[in-house]
Amino acid sequence: MKALIFDIGSTFTKGVAYDLDKGEIIGKAKYPSTVNEDVNIGLSKVIDEIKAQTGYDIRDFEIKRATSSAAGGLKIVAIGLVPDLTAEAAKKAALSAGGKVLKVYSYELTKTDLEEISSLKPDIIILSGGTDGGNRYYPLINAKKLSTLPLNIPFIYAGNKDLRDEIEKIFKESNKEIYITENVMPEYGVINIDKVQELIREIFLRNIIHAKGLDKVKEIIEGIVMPTPLAVLKSLEVFADIYGESLLVDVGGATTDVCSVAEGAPTQAGVVWKGLKDPRVKRSVEGDLGVRVSALSLLEVVDEKELKRFLDTSRINPKEKAYFLTKNTGFIPKDNEDLYFDAVLAYFAVKISVERHVGHIEVVYTPMGTLYFQYGKDLREVKNLLFTGGPLIYNPHKKMIIKGAVYSKDEPFVLKPVSPEIFIDKEYILFSIGVISEIDKEKAKELIYRYVEKMGDYYGFEEQKMGS
Amino acid sequence: MGERTVVLGVIGADVHAVGLRILDYVLRNAGFDVVNIGVLSSQEDFIKAAIEAGARAILVSSLYGHAELDCRGFKEKLKEAGLENIILYIGGNLGVGQKDWSEVEKKFKDLGFHRVYPPKTSPEEVIRDLKKDLGLE
Repeated sequence: MKALIFDIGSTFTKGVAYDLDKGEIIGKAKYPSTVNEDVNIGLSKVIDEIKAQTGYDIRDFEIKRATSSAAGGLKIVAIGLVPDLTAEAAKKAALSAGGKVLKVYSYELTKTDLEEISSLKPDIIILSGGTDGGNRYYPLINAKKLSTLPLNIPFIYAGNKDLRDEIEKIFKESNKEIYITENVMPEYGVINIDKVQELIREIFLRNIIHAKGLDKVKEIIEGIVMPTPLAVLKSLEVFADIYGESLLVDVGGATTDVCSVAEGAPTQAGVVWKGLKDPRVKRSVEGDLGVRVSALSLLEVVDEKELKRFLDTSRINPKEKAYFLTKNTGFIPKDNEDLYFDAVLAYFAVKISVERHVGHIEVVYTPMGTLYFQYGKDLREVKNLLFTGGPLIYNPHKKMIIKGAVYSKDEPFVLKPVSPEIFIDKEYILFSIGVISEIDKEKAKELIYRYVEKMGDYYGFEEQKMGS
Repeated sequence: MGERTVVLGVIGADVHAVGLRILDYVLRNAGFDVVNIGVLSSQEDFIKAAIEAGARAILVSSLYGHAELDCRGFKEKLKEAGLENIILYIGGNLGVGQKDWSEVEKKFKDLGFHRVYPPKTSPEEVIRDLKKDLGLE
């Protein structure tokens, strides 16, 4: 059986061709995306190139599916009640479904909020708030306000179950498309996002692809089956099936994605786990941390003193260089100075994104002595660290970039993996493995085993790989 | 629902869980919807839970002798969060070394608690008061 899996991105349309019986890649191609004109142009170019490489026509492939992050990705606005409870749970649900969270709102929406939501042009709005049997005021008032928005998009209600009928009625009376699902936080402190995730994907398949004009691909292939970030997340689940609890970092030009498949319970005695628990399969995205479009916003959050440890700022002006990169997003570094600068940016993007993904420990001094509170997941014992994304795959200064994702004694309460094995998606194929995992999980495992390169233990990494 | 929802927890750095378990059990048996936020809970934990759960009462437990310190500013924060009308109880070992209960009671009433319970209070008494204060009977 042969499979051709595409990723229709906002800059490139990529294709990976597999012979699944042999468990191998038989061709790879990419072409600049043409979403604004006709999504099928890029697709056809990739198909032609694959044919040139393999001799196989598109009709020879039994499986031909695509993922998509085109047209801005799956843009979601999440609304909850208390910022670190239902609002956070709604945000986590949206991210884990492969969405791009434009903004999160809590408590009662104001006129300014509503205007902002309209101008953000989301693809989906998720409304939550209240535990089951809990708060009624906020979900109701926010539903009423949202139903007046001049937006013709799907709304999801995932809040206090007692209000389902009323809220459905409110949206229906305003001729809005409303979907009702399970509460993201049915009980205090309990996160429940599986059902919302499934619903988001259904809506993505049924409405969003059509609304973005992407269903045209059906003239050539079976269709778009999921948002690209979800495909990458699914590939990590397969990866974790083989190797155990894992952390994935995807450094990009605009954003840096971090995913983990791990429980994250405290690994140290006497630590109290507080706050809303993270899901076992968790995705977070830093929308302003990347090495091209987001190079300047990345520099803004980097500590200047720390930057000086990496760069001779008397000779190099980082702001100027970053500005150049934001204007030349297709820039491919060739000489060592540019490669090194890219690696510095990637290091900070990784460092900060992983810092925000993993849990942390807060030390509290009390009359009873010192207490340790853990918020989020403790990933110190996680043994597998998987990297993907062009800025890392094609940069020789890998160890420096990877360091950003590893536990540091300088920040002992940031719970990153302490001594992980390093893996690199050097073929850049994780998205396609995610798609294949839904067809045949064992095949997906084989491909990961074969193509995701094991670089060895982090601390032995330099000696083994950097010299070569 | 919501009518009978109460938030229950042990405030501050206190880890005494037994009293909380008993209260949780008897309140549920008496028909209350209990949101038990557990030990080591901060004022903010109580407030956030009460908002999401739409609770009508907060029951604070404290056994280790630092309740007064832990509860300072609680009422003000509740007002800030729009929960100025919530019923607020506290019980446990509230006045270490103080012999006169009425003094202890006054101190906590000044801190904004509607009812203050000394050690060895029977849960039935709390249930009775709660039903009365919430207008359930």
